[in-house]
Amino acid sequence: MSTHTVRPVVNGAAAEVQVEARTTLADMLRTGLGLTGTKVSCEAQICGSCTVLVDGLPVSSCTYLGVDTDERAVTTIEGVAEGEALDAVQQAFVDAGAIQCGYCTAGYVLAVTALLEANATPSRDEAKHFLDGNVCRCTGYEQILDAVFLAVAARGEQQ
Amino acid sequence: MTGSSDPVVGGKVLRIDAVKKVRGEASYVVDVPWADAWHGAVARAERAHALVTGIDREAALAMPGVRAVVTADDLDGLFPFFGHYRPDHPILALGRVRYWGEPVAVVVAETLQQAVDAVPEVEVSYENLDNLMSVGQAMRHGAELIHPDYPEDPRAFGPFCDRGAEGTNEAFTNTMDWGDVDAAMAAAAHVERTRVAYPMLYGYPMEPYAAQARFDGAVLHVESNAQHPFQVQKDLARVFSLGLNQVRVAGKTIGGGYGAKSYTKIEPLAAVCARAVDRPVRIVLTLEESMYTSRADGAVVEVATAFDDEGRILARDVDITLDTGAYTDNSVRVLRKAVETCFGPYRVPALRVRGRAVYTNTTPASSYRGFGAFHTNPASESNLDRAGEALGIDPLEIRLRNLAKFGESIIPDSRPVDSDLAADLAAVHAALKVVPREGKLQGVGFGCALSPEGADPTSVAIVRLLVDGTALLMVGSAEMGQGAHTTLAQIVAEELGLALSQVTLAPTDTHLVPYQWTTGASRTTAVVGLSVQRACRDVRRQLFEMAAELSGDDIADWSWVDGWLTGPSARTLTPGQVITEWFGPHRGEIVGTGRTQRRGDLDLWPSLWEVGVCGVVVSVDPDTGQVELDQLVSVADVGKAINPQGVRGQDIGAATQGIGGALFEQIVYDGPQMANANLVDYRVPRMSDLAERIQTIVVERADGPGPFGSKPVGEGAMTVMGGAILAAVARAIGRWPEQLPLTPEYVWRLMRQRPDGDDPD
Repeated sequence: MSTHTVRPVVNGAAAEVQVEARTTLADMLRTGLGLTGTKVSCEAQICGSCTVLVDGLPVSSCTYLGVDTDERAVTTIEGVAEGEALDAVQQAFVDAGAIQCGYCTAGYVLAVTALLEANATPSRDEAKHFLDGNVCRCTGYEQILDAVFLAVAARGEQQ
Repeated sequence: MTGSSDPVVGGKVLRIDAVKKVRGEASYVVDVPWADAWHGAVARAERAHALVTGIDREAALAMPGVRAVVTADDLDGLFPFFGHYRPDHPILALGRVRYWGEPVAVVVAETLQQAVDAVPEVEVSYENLDNLMSVGQAMRHGAELIHPDYPEDPRAFGPFCDRGAEGTNEAFTNTMDWGDVDAAMAAAAHVERTRVAYPMLYGYPMEPYAAQARFDGAVLHVESNAQHPFQVQKDLARVFSLGLNQVRVAGKTIGGGYGAKSYTKIEPLAAVCARAVDRPVRIVLTLEESMYTSRADGAVVEVATAFDDEGRILARDVDITLDTGAYTDNSVRVLRKAVETCFGPYRVPALRVRGRAVYTNTTPASSYRGFGAFHTNPASESNLDRAGEALGIDPLEIRLRNLAKFGESIIPDSRPVDSDLAADLAAVHAALKVVPREGKLQGVGFGCALSPEGADPTSVAIVRLLVDGTALLMVGSAEMGQGAHTTLAQIVAEELGLALSQVTLAPTDTHLVPYQWTTGASRTTAVVGLSVQRACRDVRRQLFEMAAELSGDDIADWSWVDGWLTGPSARTLTPGQVITEWFGPHRGEIVGTGRTQRRGDLDLWPSLWEVGVCGVVVSVDPDTGQVELDQLVSVADVGKAINPQGVRGQDIGAATQGIGGALFEQIVYDGPQMANANLVDYRVPRMSDLAERIQTIVVERADGPGPFGSKPVGEGAMTVMGGAILAAVARAIGRWPEQLPLTPEYVWRLMRQRPDGDDPD
């Protein structure tokens, strides 16, 4: 199996990692770079738990190859908070009770971040449509939608 | 002192683990391999039912990085089974496979990728047996026996179930009887007969099964995402002939459980590998493998009910058949609970229940949130609805006429009902509103349930009050997302007058925390909470003793007021002052213990009753048969909401899993292999399936046996969802479904078979 050296910018810092051509981005992040906040569940691009941002756009890292991130910007959950302070989306998830087992949380935080970058004031239907690629088995989704609109309000106040 | 306007019990309290989780810093078993661990990948049976005639390991052993191929040969000298009722579940196939996907061998390699790459090189030869893929096939006269030579222990299924008919694949049976059912049926004004099939489900905790194991000298150390570490400990001790003191089962943050992670799963497999290679071995399954590992039973439930002419139940006669798969696991309990719940929360003067579970060549069935109750509730509830239709009584009224009242026992000698179910149902009824939608067929449905919960109420808790006034709680309940650790910490904070941030939980680890029966059966808040509360009271008692000793007063002169010890002549001390005065500066602590069993406050069975009451409004697309939820109203009748945000999350979360089984989810076998062991074809609820309007009505009457009058939550809403949606769809399309899930195709076909010719086209 051929190996490749990949040089992505991960959470704002230049990284260098050896991967096989078949290595998924999720595996590269978790095993190669020790960034285990990204979680893998369905391995089929259905559940969204492994969502990370590549050049600002959400991708399922379970079905995205590590080699394709060469010279690209990758944002994982470890890169969302500013030091000790939670980001507005993270704080909204905490406040809304949108976290139970936490396994889907990282994927959601990045998916909601991408949603609000694309549309700062989504309607309820727009939010549901955008986030339909993320599965949460615990919460029943209502509190996640609450978190989205808490984050919308908080980001609005910041501006 | 809580020091804030929100009380620590009953106020808005954020989960103690939320920040770690939202930062991606919570550590799960899947995240961190032990430093020196090798990795196991499982070679699985590609037959549903066959004798294993040979395993050729050579090609796999020649692959890069492969250190061993572990097979049944490596079980020599061990007790090779697990299973807490009937230990019939082999750790690795012992010359015979009973379902597609059963572990046959484990490739152990230096990296996970190397192990995975070598799995296809393990060559297993088989001699096929008849594939018995359904209850019908397994119970056919002369069918091959799936467990022909298991050494029978007559007590194996006790105390709940009896062994099934000898010489058949009937696994075990259970019954419940009172009154004269036949006489009531003969005298009835109306007898309603209903049959509903409930699908096999997968609980789908998003974190797959994972375990790593090693031998530290004489101690077997296992880290896994088991919900019930002490049950796993018991199985492992038997496998390796070790004392419980020599088996350490530790957990980490668990990525969902819902019963799917109850009891032993792959822990023995990792441990056997660790023993074989004398090195830590780690096994993490894929979703596909997790679906092969455990599922919920499939059920067919037939209910006949005798009514008088005013719709009052005179008798119910219920027949339950479970497809329990290849091994027993926890389905003994599933069947018993199905028997205990199948007649609903109603006054039933005469009852006859016949339940049986049948082995088939499918993934072994075990626990899943609300098991037994969610299997039987749709048949029971739609039977009542259909009788109401026949007798001209509306669905609210027929329930109100039959619901057990507060203080009545629905099963002889059981804990009296501790809820006002009629009031709960009336609240749902008042909140439901049909908002007409153009081009849709709409309907309303209700569901009511009472489930016996608490399991065995054995719980032990330790609370350590440290010299600086903070506290450490040691309890064996796993935090799998349900919020148990936050709720238990709230109880400690409330009882000892602390802020929530002053209470920390020790990790779930059988070497560190005291015995806990299980983390299941909705038992943690009320049962474990009681043991935690008692441990706190024990801390207070010791503080009184010490204060009395120091002051020379009588212990009875000291009392507890808002986190302070108050003694004679209004002298007050903080707990920290008492510890410091008794032990000396900066030293000492107080260790309080609490325990529960079926004694005292919990002396009656069941320890807890869990309420499920809900109502739904659905819209059905007449062209496609697709069902959408317009409104969902659920009652969380919890006695006291210790964490209201958590209660809401448990209630809506449980309802959503119930919606999954009602509308989408089903494991399909269309041959020897599970046809949909993936999330593309096993369709779970998504955000777009959310009801347009959702409401949890939290009912707090402080009428439960748990701390502060609390009762369980987390399964009730799951239990009632199938029946409520079934009835709502029936009223929308004018025909009663007899199976779940209500997929568009099934609903479409039902609509087009309408005998009255009123075709929705």
